[in-house]
Amino acid sequence: MTDTASTAPARRRLTRRQRARLIRSTQYVVLVAAVATFAVAADWGRIGEAFFDVEIIRELFPEMLTVALKNTVLYTLCAYSFGLVLGMVLALMRLSPVLPYRALATIYIEFFRGVPALLVLIAFGYGIPVALNSEVPGGILGTITVALGLVAAAYIAETLRAGIQAVPRAQMEAARSLGMSHGRAMVSIIIPQAFRIILPPLTNELILLTKDSSLVYLLGVTLQTRELAKFGRDALNQYVSMTPILVAGLCYLIITIPLGYVVRRLEARQAQAR
Amino acid sequence: MSASAPTPAIEVRGLRKSFGALDVLKGIDCRVAHGEVVCVIGPSGSGKSTLLRCVNRLDEPTGGQVFVGGVEVTDPDVDIDAVRRRIGMVFQQFNLFPHLTVTENLTLPQRRVMRLDRTRAGAVARSNLERVGLSEKADAYPLQLSGGQQQRVAIARALVMQPEVMLFDEPTSALDPELVGDVLAVMRELARDGMTMIVVTHEMSFAREVADRVIFMDNGVIVEEGDPARVIGAPRHERTRSFLARLLP
Repeated sequence: MTDTASTAPARRRLTRRQRARLIRSTQYVVLVAAVATFAVAADWGRIGEAFFDVEIIRELFPEMLTVALKNTVLYTLCAYSFGLVLGMVLALMRLSPVLPYRALATIYIEFFRGVPALLVLIAFGYGIPVALNSEVPGGILGTITVALGLVAAAYIAETLRAGIQAVPRAQMEAARSLGMSHGRAMVSIIIPQAFRIILPPLTNELILLTKDSSLVYLLGVTLQTRELAKFGRDALNQYVSMTPILVAGLCYLIITIPLGYVVRRLEARQAQAR
Repeated sequence: MSASAPTPAIEVRGLRKSFGALDVLKGIDCRVAHGEVVCVIGPSGSGKSTLLRCVNRLDEPTGGQVFVGGVEVTDPDVDIDAVRRRIGMVFQQFNLFPHLTVTENLTLPQRRVMRLDRTRAGAVARSNLERVGLSEKADAYPLQLSGGQQQRVAIARALVMQPEVMLFDEPTSALDPELVGDVLAVMRELARDGMTMIVVTHEMSFAREVADRVIFMDNGVIVEEGDPARVIGAPRHERTRSFLARLLP
C-alpha cells in the first residue's frame, strides 16, 4: 500500500510548467486537425466558384468602388458629421447647470438610444413626408444624414459627456486661474483632452454608422445612389451568386480596418504626450 | 482701508468659508503689501489652501471680503476673469495642460485671454522659460518632464500673464526631495525681483530665508503671524510650538 501511494502520484503529477505546455500543445493539435479535415473534405472548386467567381468580380468593378463604396462613405460621413455637431450640443446641455437643458438632453438621448435606427429612417423617409406633406431636403442623402445623424448624436453625446467628465477638475481650475472664461476653457483645454480620451469609442461609433448606412435601401435608392449592401444584393439577384455579397463585405472592411489602424496610431501618439 | 496707508496688494477681511457643515475658514483678516512675501504654514486641514483659493475665488467665499490691488474680488458684479488675470496661481499638482507642448502651455493663455499674436506671445513665452531655466524644453510635452521641471513651467505659465501677485499652493509638496531645490530657487529669484507672493508651504527653511512674514494657521484661524525668525524660531503660541516641533525634530 505504501508502495502504490508513493509511486502513483509521482508518475501522474507534472510540474506546473509541464502541464501548461501539455495543454498548449493539445490546443495546437486540435486546431491543426480541424483545419486539415476541412481542407481535405471541402470541395474547393465549388466553393471557389460560389464565393469567389472571378468573372463576376470583374463585372462588379469599377461600380463597386465608384458608386457603392463612394456612397457608403458619403452617407456615413454626412450622418456622422451631423451626429457629432448635435452630439456636442447635447453633451454640453447634459452638463449645463440649467435644469431644463439637462432634462431636454436626457429625454432626447433616452429616446433616440431606445428606438431602432430603422424606425427613425422609416419615419423620416415615409412617416414625416406623409404627416407634413413635405420631404427632408437633400433627397436620399438628406434623409439618411438626418435620420442616422439624430440616432448617432444620442450615443455621441453620452460618449462626449463621459469624456468631458473624465478630464480632471484641476484642468478647469488651472485654466480659470489664468483668466479664461468657462467657455474658453472648455473649448481650448477641456474638450481637446476629452476627445483624446474618447477617440476609441468615437471611432467605434463611426464603424457602427458605416454599417448602419446600409439601411438606406429602405428609401428606394436609384442606380446612382446605391451603397455597398444594396449593390451587393442587386448583383446577387443578377448573377445568382454569393460572390457579390462577399465582395461587398470585403469593401466594408476596406473602410473599417484602416479606421482601426488610425485609432491605434492616434492612441500611440497620445500615449507619448501623456 | 485708511486713507493714509497705501493700498495693500492683497487685503482679506473677515473671510469665512464653509463646505456644508464644515467651517474651514472662520474669519481671516490679513494684508499683504506690494512686494511682500508671506508664507502660510500650518497643519493639513487648517484652511491654508482654502484661504489661497478664496483669494482668486476658485473656492467661493461664504462670507467676508477679498481685495486685490484695491479691486474687490468678492464683489458679485466683478469681472472675475479680469481679476484672475492679475493673480498668478501655482498648484501642488502643477496642472499643466498635458495635450499642449511647454511653449503652447505658455502661449495659449496669452493668445486666448490677452489676445496677443503668435509672435509676441512666443517671445514672452521664451523669455519666461529662460527665467525658470527650461529653454531647452520648449517643445516637450509636460508629462515628459520631471515634477520639478513641470512646476517650473507652471510658474512660467503664471508669469506670462504678468500678474501683480502670485499664489503658491504647496508648490513643492508633490516633488521628490531632490527636485525641490530648483523650484525654490525660481521662487527665491521671483521674490528678489519684487513679486508679491503668498506661499502655502511646509518648507520652513524657505519661509525663514525668503518670507517677509510668516502666518501660522490652525483650525480655520490665524493663530499667530510675524517675522519668520520669530514665528519659526520662538513661537508664542502652544499650537505653533507643537506644530513646529512635529515638523522640525
